[in-house]
Amino acid sequence: MNVLLQYATVLILTAFVGTEIIAKVPSILHTPLMSGSNAIHGVILVGAMLVLGSAATNLEEVLGFLAVILATLNVVGGFVVTDRMLEMFKPRQPKAPTTKSDGDTP
Amino acid sequence: MSRETLIDLLYLFSATTFLVALKGLGSPKHARRGNLVAAFGMLVAIVATFFKYVDGHSLHHVGLILLAMFIGAIIAVPTARFVEMTAMPQLVAIFNGVGGGAASLVSITEFVHIKSSHPATYVTLEVLLGVLIGTVSFAGSAIAFAKLQELMTGRPITYPGQQIINAVVGLIAVALIITILVSGSTPLLWTLLALSFVLGVAFVLPIGGADVPVLISLLNSFTGLAVAASGFTLGSNLLIIAGTLVGASGILLTRLMSKAMGRSLSNVLFSAFGSVITATGADGGEARSVRSGTPEDIGVLLSFASKVVLIPGYGLAVSQAQQVLRELAELLEAKDVQVFYAIHPVAGRMPGHMNVLLAEANVPYEDLIEMDEANSELQTADVAMVVGANDTVNPAAANDPSSPIYGMPIIHADLAENVVFLKRSMRPGFAGIDNELLYNPKTILVFGDAKDTLTKLVAVVKAS
Repeated sequence: MNVLLQYATVLILTAFVGTEIIAKVPSILHTPLMSGSNAIHGVILVGAMLVLGSAATNLEEVLGFLAVILATLNVVGGFVVTDRMLEMFKPRQPKAPTTKSDGDTP
Repeated sequence: MSRETLIDLLYLFSATTFLVALKGLGSPKHARRGNLVAAFGMLVAIVATFFKYVDGHSLHHVGLILLAMFIGAIIAVPTARFVEMTAMPQLVAIFNGVGGGAASLVSITEFVHIKSSHPATYVTLEVLLGVLIGTVSFAGSAIAFAKLQELMTGRPITYPGQQIINAVVGLIAVALIITILVSGSTPLLWTLLALSFVLGVAFVLPIGGADVPVLISLLNSFTGLAVAASGFTLGSNLLIIAGTLVGASGILLTRLMSKAMGRSLSNVLFSAFGSVITATGADGGEARSVRSGTPEDIGVLLSFASKVVLIPGYGLAVSQAQQVLRELAELLEAKDVQVFYAIHPVAGRMPGHMNVLLAEANVPYEDLIEMDEANSELQTADVAMVVGANDTVNPAAANDPSSPIYGMPIIHADLAENVVFLKRSMRPGFAGIDNELLYNPKTILVFGDAKDTLTKLVAVVKAS
């Protein structure tokens, strides 16, 4: 039961920290927040790898195989689409035509 | 350092990058970098997992794992790269659904795997919760996708006794969980799986129209919780942290969205909003007089204004007019007209969707202002121009207690000196409600496709 308690501790602390951080996300970025957090729950891929990697029966193999496919879809698609979206958010370009920077300051 | 400790350290690193990513989303400046950091953290976790020992041996079926990953990736990358930004809610629904499905499958597989070793009751409970929540999320997301993609009606689907039937299905699911806990029977697990599927579909059917985006945030949170449940089963802090973060973010967004519509979450989920209103909206069409204008009139009005607030809605994206709107705004700015884009929190088809659609059209993010700021700017604005929005500027939300959207915070376009309303027709909006603002004496209507009208406006403003 000690392990369970440790997991519960992690869960509760994360819930509070997460809420604090996420509450600070401005509404302008709520769509990327959704797709970004979507990508993060794609971490279930790690779980899917573990169950397929320990599969002992054909049934487990089939289920695990499907789980890895779905989880990969989730994680890869999630990060790619979030990146594509965030790339579009640009500040106002400086009006002065003298500077030729791409606005790609670090 | 033992192999397991090293892997756990890498997992800890990975969990930290997820927090960094969410923190990065605090401003558009650092958001992209944060997301890339999280993607890297995820990659580290995945690679580390290949070296993990399970049941006392290294991972089996590495070839199968790689094959499955390859299949997943070749479907995901093009989909994510080429889908239209307007279709973003559907895409999020799909990626969310497959995540829920994966969590559910992981829980099932683990149950099948450990069943013979008579696991502790709490382990079985975690598995069953993972199956239930993951499958509800999967099925619910599938229906939400079908609604958004217009494969089925976007309106709520209701039938007599719906709430009671749903409640009964829910209760049976709970009873099943208890029975499985006691008996540990595998066949009953499949029954639970099927029942969870039914529950997910039944739960989502009565939710329609403008409420679907709220639903997606909620399902996002469900998937997060299902992942956290899998984390308990597999003994992985990484999964628990990531799942809980997403669960928290989904619930927070769900509450924000409900608040932005002036309604409680239970009202959003259980009231089948929008099904009744369509009927009244259709026959309430007594002819009332409106004032209409030509693009020439409006072009002159805009050119001589000193402050213009643009209020875009999803209709703008439907007619693909974001670029032209930005062009118009730039022309006006060149004439020293101050221009803002006022974004309602529920504009578009998901939280913050309108911002993404405008960012895609190269509108700088400094010009996008939130509702509260917009309402203070509007008090001194000469023109408020509503393009493709409707419910989010409907004064009935503020002053007509009989209106179904009463209580929803709105952008008060009527505070401006003049209101210009670009509209395709007199048809009501997403929520199916007539708009008082159209009949306001301040309001000038310009009928026609938003893109055509805006293109004409650009020409007029250029010439003047």
